[in-house]
Amino acid sequence: MKLLTVALSIAVGAVAPAFAIGMIGSKAVEALGRNPEAESAIRTTMILALAFAEAIAIYALVVALILKFA
Amino acid sequence: MPKISIKAEIITHLFGLAITNSMIASAIVFLLTVFVALYFKHQSTQKRKGNFYYLIKFFIKSIYDLFYSVLGAKTDVFFPLLFSFFFYILLENWFGLLPGVGSILIKVVEGHEEVFVPLLRGNNADLNTTLALAIISVLSIQFFAIKYLGVKKYLHKFFNFSDPISFFVGILDILSEFSKVLSFAFRLFGNIFAGEVLLTIVAFLVPVLASFPFIALEIFVGFVQALVFSMLTAVFLSGAIAEHH
Repeated sequence: MKLLTVALSIAVGAVAPAFAIGMIGSKAVEALGRNPEAESAIRTTMILALAFAEAIAIYALVVALILKFA
Repeated sequence: MPKISIKAEIITHLFGLAITNSMIASAIVFLLTVFVALYFKHQSTQKRKGNFYYLIKFFIKSIYDLFYSVLGAKTDVFFPLLFSFFFYILLENWFGLLPGVGSILIKVVEGHEEVFVPLLRGNNADLNTTLALAIISVLSIQFFAIKYLGVKKYLHKFFNFSDPISFFVGILDILSEFSKVLSFAFRLFGNIFAGEVLLTIVAFLVPVLASFPFIALEIFVGFVQALVFSMLTAVFLSGAIAEHH
């Protein structure tokens, strides 16, 4: 039962961040296509937003690790 | 099944203070950082500079250009803090990938039995370190905000009694400062600890050659996490010292 909880927590917790990262990437590439001169600003903002979105998946992973190993 | 523990294992006791294996690794990385910094300073006053000096200088210039796009003209004031974060976290992340870290075991008396624990462990895989770094980062953001805005304007950002909505938003701002500490700590800890668990399990399952792409991934993740930590500190700094409206 505990193993099932561990597996489910990381599996479900990684769905929304994956979707969010895909959307961030697609919007960034679209903005780059419309205005190729602002490449540096777009890249910096995209990496920042990517870090915030990925942190949610890392929270789910930390919960799963704590459940399994402690 | 290899033994994985979230807490860093205690190696010995020194004057009543418990020394863990991640503390030993952090002492080594700290000495390495100080050595590189002193070498750079000493070489900058010589007439004929070594090749390593130019390599470090190119590295620092690229990171400076990256921060210049976020902070603008005030980069000179904050750059020592930001680059120290970046360099220290980068070296700590990469230290956990060296051969020998996590695999050389030492016999330790734990309770009533003798167990084998790793002698060295990457320091960012310990929640104490990342929590300390997060607290330092958020406290220095508050310090610079008070220094640039003055105490009255800084308090006015959080305790705003003009109308109920601004009061509520001020309370939410206080909460968001605490959530920044937690988010910094858990982002760094989660990435590096999950990388260590992944490497251990992969080396356990397929002992020959399969670890190579995962170690390459961990090198990349270590670099990105150091960059993200310092970039987020820079962005929060530029938001905190800006005027309210």
